[in-house]
Amino acid sequence: MTVLALVLPFAIGAFGVALLLAAYRLLRGPTLPDRILGLDTLYINTMALLVLLGIRFDTALYFEAALVIAMLGFVSTVVLSKFLLRGDIVE
Amino acid sequence: MNALPIWLDVLIAVLMVVGAGFALIGSFGLAKLSDFLKRVHGPTKASTLGVGCVLIASAAYFTAGALSRGEGASVHELMITLFVFLTAPVSAHLLVKAALKLDPTTRPPAPPADDRGQGRSESRPS
Repeated sequence: MTVLALVLPFAIGAFGVALLLAAYRLLRGPTLPDRILGLDTLYINTMALLVLLGIRFDTALYFEAALVIAMLGFVSTVVLSKFLLRGDIVE
Repeated sequence: MNALPIWLDVLIAVLMVVGAGFALIGSFGLAKLSDFLKRVHGPTKASTLGVGCVLIASAAYFTAGALSRGEGASVHELMITLFVFLTAPVSAHLLVKAALKLDPTTRPPAPPADDRGQGRSESRPS
């Protein structure tokens, strides 16, 4: 039993708790930027969780999913913030 | 899992624990702190560092596996790391701009004027 196999469930659990806290802010958040920030944290933590699952199952498949989530998440955060700033997406 | 040398095993485990701890602290700050401008700090700094640590750990793990099979290094996780490190400040900046636009009363007061500097002397209290 290696140290890595011992530590991996703990790390996955920590990221699960982090996802729950971000989801709490997404559902609860008093203002709209709070909800967007919760969504931002949610996708970043999801990305790390996918990478950890890739190590757990010893496959490189999850990397592609993490890359797509990173790009689409950044674009969605920028678009939502621009929508709050201007009231319009395409200027 | 393939067999890793013990030092690499411990290194990847330490990176993983540090990354998970940072991400947990960042999300806890997001849920716990009282004000939006305080809550921005948690995810944009701590979570980005945590995700960076986990991605570097993954790159080390898959590089060790590829090298043991006689293939080249696997560094494409560094691409995500670079992308996250570039985009997290941009999205945080846009979020704070949007928050200040929605509620301008939350803008913190300007720092006091400096007597030694040139300029800005018109804002000095008399």
